[in-house]
Amino acid sequence: MPVEVDAGLATLSDQLILATVLLYVFAMIAYALDLAFSRSAGAEARAAKRPALATVGATVGTGADPAAPASAQAETEEPEDRTPPAWVVRVGMVAVGLGWLGWIANLASLITRGLAVDRWPWGNMYEFVVAMCLATVGAFLLMQLRYRVRFLGAFVTVAAALCLGFAVRYLHVQAGPVVPALNSYWVAIHVSAAIVAAGLFIVAAVSGILYLIRKDTAVRLPSRQDLERVAHRAIVIGFPIWTFAVIAGALWADKAWGRYWGWDPKEVWAFITWIVYAAYLHARATAGWKGKAATIVQLVACACLLFNLVGVNIFFGGLHSYAEVP
Amino acid sequence: MGHIDPGAGERAVAEPQTKTETVTASGPEAGGKNEERRPGGIGVVGWARWFWRTLTSMRTALILLFLFALASIPGSIWPQRGVSDAKVFQYFEDSPRLAEWLDRFWLFDVFRAPWFAAIYLLLFLSLIGCVLPRTMTHLRESRRKPPAAPRNLGRLPQHASFEAPLTVEEAAARLRAKRFRVTTGPGWAAAEKGYLRESGNLLFHVALLGLLLAVGIGTLYGYRGNVLVVEGEGFANTVAAYDRYMPGQQVNAESLEPFSFTVEDFQASYIAKGEKTGQPLDFEARLKVEDAPGAPVRDYVLKVNEPLNVNGTQSYLIDHGYAPTFRITDGKGQVAFDGPVPCLVVQPANFTSECVIKVPDAQPEQLGILIGFLPTTVPVGSEWVSVFPGAANPTAQVYGAFAGDLGLKDGRPQSVYELDPDSLKKMKPLVMKADPLAVNEKLTLPGGMGSIEFTGVKEWIALQITHDPGRMPAFVASVLAVAGLVLTLTVRRRRVWVRVHDQAGQPEGESRRVDVGGLTRTEGGDFGEEFTEIVSALNPGIPNPGVKDAR
Ligand code: HEM
Repeated sequence: MPVEVDAGLATLSDQLILATVLLYVFAMIAYALDLAFSRSAGAEARAAKRPALATVGATVGTGADPAAPASAQAETEEPEDRTPPAWVVRVGMVAVGLGWLGWIANLASLITRGLAVDRWPWGNMYEFVVAMCLATVGAFLLMQLRYRVRFLGAFVTVAAALCLGFAVRYLHVQAGPVVPALNSYWVAIHVSAAIVAAGLFIVAAVSGILYLIRKDTAVRLPSRQDLERVAHRAIVIGFPIWTFAVIAGALWADKAWGRYWGWDPKEVWAFITWIVYAAYLHARATAGWKGKAATIVQLVACACLLFNLVGVNIFFGGLHSYAEVP
Repeated sequence: MGHIDPGAGERAVAEPQTKTETVTASGPEAGGKNEERRPGGIGVVGWARWFWRTLTSMRTALILLFLFALASIPGSIWPQRGVSDAKVFQYFEDSPRLAEWLDRFWLFDVFRAPWFAAIYLLLFLSLIGCVLPRTMTHLRESRRKPPAAPRNLGRLPQHASFEAPLTVEEAAARLRAKRFRVTTGPGWAAAEKGYLRESGNLLFHVALLGLLLAVGIGTLYGYRGNVLVVEGEGFANTVAAYDRYMPGQQVNAESLEPFSFTVEDFQASYIAKGEKTGQPLDFEARLKVEDAPGAPVRDYVLKVNEPLNVNGTQSYLIDHGYAPTFRITDGKGQVAFDGPVPCLVVQPANFTSECVIKVPDAQPEQLGILIGFLPTTVPVGSEWVSVFPGAANPTAQVYGAFAGDLGLKDGRPQSVYELDPDSLKKMKPLVMKADPLAVNEKLTLPGGMGSIEFTGVKEWIALQITHDPGRMPAFVASVLAVAGLVLTLTVRRRRVWVRVHDQAGQPEGESRRVDVGGLTRTEGGDFGEEFTEIVSALNPGIPNPGVKDAR
């Protein structure tokens, strides 16, 4: 295994991460403006009488003519709303563009770091948080391609910017090789799956928080039903990936430590996270648990997830604590 | 939804909003009302029935899931026996009273605690109780025809009407082409698909049971052992050869895989310069392995993520350290000891180690020697420290040499890594804190007690050897679980009805009014898009308005 670290690439990676933070902040501002001034999210969804998440326009006869009641409604309910000025339309596009730019910078930072040390770039806490922000924003951007979730943009990008800022300030360690136990192709499989699942779960949690803080009068935000759908969709995709990540972890533990499951603190919390997400899925199928209760369950699950990714390294140690916390 | 009963379709038609609320997991006979039925003076059988219904209800499953998660938390807060025994020991040392109380509640053995077992056994009992009836229902369902079309398709969540020259037979054929199961009646066709959802769900839950079973088999029929081997020495897989041997309840000592190996050489490499100096890069041990007595000897390079596998028994490299070699000559000029001494690592960052040598054969008196080993020695003031984990400048420093009775004969077990403190008090100190010895240097003990020569440096490796017959079954069960999970989360159960309004005596090929209705019994899915496609497949003549929006 090569010991040499390419200092130039490592520095480039550090600079790229700063660019990423800036781009996410700008994207956040643009998304926030879009959310505040365009009346698309709420009104359009109501117009089509369809949840924001459902693919737009594919309805055959879910009302009479979809356009007619919409404009009527908009007129009666929000007389002050006129067609949004052109800059508002543009700011939405700019937000999406900045989001993607930031994501590309984030990706580039991770790749340069990986190239600098010639290994998978998630071997310590710093790299892990950077990768998780990439996954979270990536999950959001991909969902945005298909579903109407732009309203989440401001919240997702601000969360990513804060996490990256925190990582740069408190978790950053010099690029370098990892200890032998981490030197395995299982890093690529197990950790990548965990990161992707975490990204989806975090998007779901952002949606869940909005669900809880949304007052019934807050017209800017999409309806609770839509928020719940976004969360459910993300979790339904994330849960099998998380399950796979846990199993891959067990396979790796079987290779590295001589047992596939040993109740190491990290394993305990991965298990707890899994159980609570399973509980969320059950809660949604149980009368009386839908909506608010289920949302709280998924937020608890996400708290367990984050505690596992960050807290366990700091508080408990154990076999998994290679993750160099500075 | 998962719970499928024959009336669900109709009920859903009547109240599309509540179609998902009546789900209970305990099969059709329990329905959605089991909560209300309380045992009122119906005796033991009634109570048993009530208990079973409650246990297998979705709400109980949910609560048990929470309890399961909650119950595992202490397992991460307090150190666990079998995971970090040393820390448990330390806990008892530091706060014995608290530790004793914690131990009373099994908090150092959470995952073997009766209360933990109670939770998961209840959960799995509940699982069996809900999977069995669901399987029966599902089997019955899969052979049943889709239910007849409701009267008013316009009240379904998805519906469309158009005029087209379509017959019921033609509609049925087109739906079949879309892999629906179809049945027809006078003027209508009913179609359903997505049975794999429930199959996947059942598969997932059954696979979880399988996983529990596999883990159980592993703990009963598997074993685990630890052994420390010095370079040049060997190991044969017998119970006696282990330093620590932990068999499952059903393992017998004769069934151990009869392999053996010798450790030819161990290499550790470290980062030599920069901020991360001393961080390990790679470990490898070269072994000569004999899979069975008399079998051909093969070479194997043992590494951290690459265990040695002999017919399912795995040997893992889990630790390493130094074993400096010494030659000890006693007061009578005899060589009383000559060989490696495995040392405990005191500071893992630089492998400062402590070694104990007991020389019961020394004459005229037994010798006990405490030694500090520094792999890369650098003087700091009047002390010496190690600055690097590799053996660049190894020295051995005699901290103390004692003559007298080691206390080995009174039968009490002693650790090889320490001198028995009681005996030590009665022994005579010969040397305290000598200067470090380089390789091949010798320290003469005062009083004609002999000498110690530091002859070289070897390394030891710690191995964990495990045999777990539940590994493969557990793996298969988890793969099935994931497969089932993906099915249950991606497949949607959906029904489509077509009603063709024939005027009496209308000729074939003439346009007539066709109503199509559809519903999905899974929430969260956007059935709209697929429904649109189905409608256009039924009505190819007319282009469909706005099938896809550019979002
Ligand atoms: C070991 C514990 C269990 C785990 C990890 C687990 C996990 C899951 C998962 C991941 C789903 C998929 C949810 C979905 O379709 O959206 C599910 C569905 C379901 N589970 Fe469990 N489950 C467990 C125990 C149980 C028990 C004890 C019952 C019976 C009371 C049960 C009944 C159901 C039912 C009826 C569904 C279908 C719900 C639906 O279609 O949405 N599960 N389970």
